[in-house]
Amino acid sequence: MEVAVGTLLQQIANGLIFGGLIAMVALGYTMVYGIIQLINFAHGEVFMTGAFGGLFTYTYILPAAAQQIWYVALPAMLVGGMITSLVIALLMERFAYRPLRNAPRLAPLITALGVSVLLQEVVRIWYPGATSAIPFPSLLDSVPLHLGPITLKPSGLLMLVVSLVLTVVLQTYVSRSRMGRAMRATAQDPDTARLMGINPDRVIVLTFAIGAVLAGVGGVLYGSYINAVDNLIGFQNGLFAFAAAVLGGIGSIRGAVIGAFIIGLIKNLADIYLPGGTAYDYVWIFILLIAVLVFRPQGLFGEAERVRA
Amino acid sequence: MRNRTVKAAVVVMAGALALAACGTNKTESGGGGSASCDTSKGTLTIGVIAPLTGNLSALGLGIQHSAELAVAEANDKCTVKGYKLTVDPEDDQATPQVGAQAATKLSSDSNVVGVVGTLNSSVAQTVQPILSGKKVPQISPANTNPSLTKGTDLSNPKRQFPSYFRVCTTDNYQGPDAADYLVKKAGKKKIAIIQDGKTYGAGLAAAFSERATTDGATIVDKEQVGEKDTDFSGVLTKVKAAAPDAIYYGGEYPVAGPLSKQAQGLGLNVPVMGGDGIFDPKFIDLGGKEGDLATSVGAPTESLDTAKDFVKAYAAKGYKDPYAAYGAFSYDAANAIIASLATTLGDSGTWADGQRDKLISNIGSYKGNGATGAVAFDQYGDSTNKVLTVYQVTGKEWKAVQTGPFEG
Repeated sequence: MEVAVGTLLQQIANGLIFGGLIAMVALGYTMVYGIIQLINFAHGEVFMTGAFGGLFTYTYILPAAAQQIWYVALPAMLVGGMITSLVIALLMERFAYRPLRNAPRLAPLITALGVSVLLQEVVRIWYPGATSAIPFPSLLDSVPLHLGPITLKPSGLLMLVVSLVLTVVLQTYVSRSRMGRAMRATAQDPDTARLMGINPDRVIVLTFAIGAVLAGVGGVLYGSYINAVDNLIGFQNGLFAFAAAVLGGIGSIRGAVIGAFIIGLIKNLADIYLPGGTAYDYVWIFILLIAVLVFRPQGLFGEAERVRA
Repeated sequence: MRNRTVKAAVVVMAGALALAACGTNKTESGGGGSASCDTSKGTLTIGVIAPLTGNLSALGLGIQHSAELAVAEANDKCTVKGYKLTVDPEDDQATPQVGAQAATKLSSDSNVVGVVGTLNSSVAQTVQPILSGKKVPQISPANTNPSLTKGTDLSNPKRQFPSYFRVCTTDNYQGPDAADYLVKKAGKKKIAIIQDGKTYGAGLAAAFSERATTDGATIVDKEQVGEKDTDFSGVLTKVKAAAPDAIYYGGEYPVAGPLSKQAQGLGLNVPVMGGDGIFDPKFIDLGGKEGDLATSVGAPTESLDTAKDFVKAYAAKGYKDPYAAYGAFSYDAANAIIASLATTLGDSGTWADGQRDKLISNIGSYKGNGATGAVAFDQYGDSTNKVLTVYQVTGKEWKAVQTGPFEG
């Protein structure tokens, strides 16, 4: 029986770590949707390019001596990942979405899918070996952590802690700061916000930038936790993040994070306790998503009706 | 405004499409062909169907270049009188549907005399009937699922496609060979099995499981993972709870490498063993740890006298990618096609669709000394060479620990 409890606790820990990863991507989805009602399907690829930015920094920029010192290499990779994601997201906003700001809603959605494919292909063609899993340095994981019956990789614990801290910081920023107020105002009604002296373009760029930085951090932490990346990791993890944002109520920061943890927990608990085991774990995630959408279409934490939706 | 925005969208989509198209462009490559040969009758093509992009491209590119090497050598030696040979490599992306397109393209070209491929058994299943319909002989360097030649009922084997051959041995032998080693030699009695649900992985795991049980081991857990999964902490926690002393993985290295590393991260320090799908240096790069095991078909390429010339010639050509696990097999497969083609055409024959039956029967009776040893086929199209090798990760490299013909 003790073994079973240990296994349950281990699965919960695994689920929270996976949830932390999904949360960092889901925040970007939910914020962009909240401000301009765009489902940015290319956001998974922003995450993917972040992971590759980190890997590039490690492989081609860091001197060999620094590669082994984790407290030098890891921050450098995080910075590399954030910068890559940020540049990609800003270019994307400027050239793919801003020209379509007043177009029918379907147009930016299609563009988002196009950008998503574009980024996958760019990485596939330009990053050596990216079509196949490439090893990602695991700097923290030489010794696993033992907490009672639970064994954790230090990189997993880091991912969980970082995602929680960033969520709290983001929530505080949006609800307390001047710029956060501008964001909320733009989300509510960009035209009136403009009359109040807010520059919606700046607010939107900032939203993309924050989402991208989170995704970049997520990409690098994902790489060091999984130890392998390829050019398609954005697709699958982006899909989960999108599901998490919808589950929590797209547009809600708190909702996206809680949705991400629910998905992480379901995935890992289904592996053990539900019929079909690991072969069917995704099925349960999407059954839950459908059930929530049937009974509560706005998601768990979404507002019942948006003023401008 | 509307116009501009639509234009922008079109530009982006067009860019994406153009890039996607770039990826699938490839240069037709093949033998140089020395000027002294008579090539007045034109060009004949040997097709290659293998994953040239994607997760398994390391294996696929090794197959492509090794076939190119065989063709280049045949052109230099004027093996096929009156013709120049070329290679048409087609990417199957390790996907049955894409493989079917490649097979359709090759089989509709009357100059294609034979196909080397595929890597994946699941792709072979869709490719076989297409090539067979046009009587295009196919020799696989790497398919190991027994049903491809003998049908699903192995107690009552029946040849599936007369045009299909393979130069490697099958999971019928590879799975049991691994079980014998793991249970009898390494003394592992509690084994967990994980497989990826594809034809190759599931078949191998089933063959392993049966033999391991006969050998006296207990299968403590059976799991399936998704081919595109990356986080295996859930399944590994479940496996850990069953307390195995070894894990057998049916599948390929892109999953197996991270799986082995993540098992270690969860404190599950037992060897992971797999088949030829994980026997690749990339398995170790991706996290395969010391003591992990793999079986592979044939003897270690470097150790065979017959392989030394192949290894030397491959190095001399300066291909960008290593010959990988199936290069030597691919070289032998291409040579079997080329030699049988030369026999079929003789000194003055002319290639026509009517020659296909004769070519297929010539391949069936082909006997040669290849880079992997003696190459010949039995009445099902299977290789008569049943040599298997067990490898172990030692000092960040695969080292052969046992080689020999499987004796069931």
